Amino acid sequence: MLLHADHLTVERGTRTVISDLSFTARAGEALLVVGPNGAGKTTLIRTIAGFIPPSAGVISLKGDTSDRDIAELSHYVGHLTGVKSNLTAAENLAFWAAYLEGGDRAAVSDKVDHALSLFGLGALADYPAGLLSAGQKRRLGLARLSVAARPIWLLDEPTVSLDAASTELLAGLIQEHLAGGGLVIAATHLPLGLEEPTYLRLGAKGAADLSPEAQP
Amino acid sequence: MSPFLALFKRDLTLAVREGAALGTALGFYLIVVAMLPLGLGPDLKLLGRIAPGILWIALLLAALLSLPRVFEADHEDGSLEVMATAPLPLELAVASKALAHWVSTSIPLALLAPVLGLMLNLDIAIAPVLVATMLAGTPAISFLGSVGAALTLKARRGGLLLALLVLPLYIPTLIFGISAIGFANLGQEGFSASFLILSATSLASVALAPIAAAAALRLQLS
Repeated sequence: MLLHADHLTVERGTRTVISDLSFTARAGEALLVVGPNGAGKTTLIRTIAGFIPPSAGVISLKGDTSDRDIAELSHYVGHLTGVKSNLTAAENLAFWAAYLEGGDRAAVSDKVDHALSLFGLGALADYPAGLLSAGQKRRLGLARLSVAARPIWLLDEPTVSLDAASTELLAGLIQEHLAGGGLVIAATHLPLGLEEPTYLRLGAKGAADLSPEAQP
Repeated sequence: MSPFLALFKRDLTLAVREGAALGTALGFYLIVVAMLPLGLGPDLKLLGRIAPGILWIALLLAALLSLPRVFEADHEDGSLEVMATAPLPLELAVASKALAHWVSTSIPLALLAPVLGLMLNLDIAIAPVLVATMLAGTPAISFLGSVGAALTLKARRGGLLLALLVLPLYIPTLIFGISAIGFANLGQEGFSASFLILSATSLASVALAPIAAAAALRLQLS
């Protein structure tokens, strides 16, 4: 699978945030979008997820046999966690498992148990999510990644409020996803501890530089 | 469980646990109806005659009060973004949420109406017809309201704007709801015609409003 952006230009209001950006992300390869604040990292991720229509250029996907579009093939993890305070941790995740993939009750509850213990939230399964700390909520939001299979992961600052152990866990999960032929595009300030990621450096004016010395 | 049902069930669970939205709507309904006789004076005949109209209008306003919450919470916590990337079309997600609003808010309001009608000297014989017209008419309230809620999602103080946008759309529902009650009250023919048009308004809203609301949500997300 191969995700290709061709001469992408994205405008927010009157400001051109990304101009004439081309890049390719391949299955099994992590593409880390780096750059200073305001460089357009979030805009790029949201454009790929289909929220923002580009004003010029196209994003295309090759090597996918299903008739789903990029958004439906993607997990989008943004700044907000998508966690409901008045549902328990397990209920939150069970909802997303059923909503994103469906399946019968037993299958959903198996997936939820597995994901909760994977993210170290097993003991908190029956607590209202409103009582969880910021980092625990973030982990609960990330646990969505493992309850529904999606070939493309779009992660926007996934490590915010995570501790070192959780960051490592996330890196392991990403690595596993890549090994399974998945595709990861992440906007981040941290290297995430991944093996040989590709960097897409967005400049202050949205210019792209893919050279190796552009790494942070 | 299918995604549509999962969302419906989640919204109902949240409506029960949060409680405040339904409590506010029911409380508002009670207060408005209780204040009207104070303003109009103790003329029982007059109150009895205008009771169905008052109950209908107060129901519209009470339902309106709870509409902003339909998408607000999901927008604030990021759930809406995840829903927009799910295989279930956003139109169906909107329909599921509007249906949950109907069940959790509009139906309780409709069931409360005959009880409040006692304060307005509502003819008891009319009460079943009143509830029937409300149950048939309120899907339009929830579904058309979801369009307004989606359009005003990011507007500050969106509640007032929502009222301006949505209340005119409720006029057909109000007209045919009241006329159905009027025909039934007088024992005249014509009840079924009014009732059918009322139901048709609801069915058309159920079919068309999710498309408009989903388009509005996509704009809000961009």
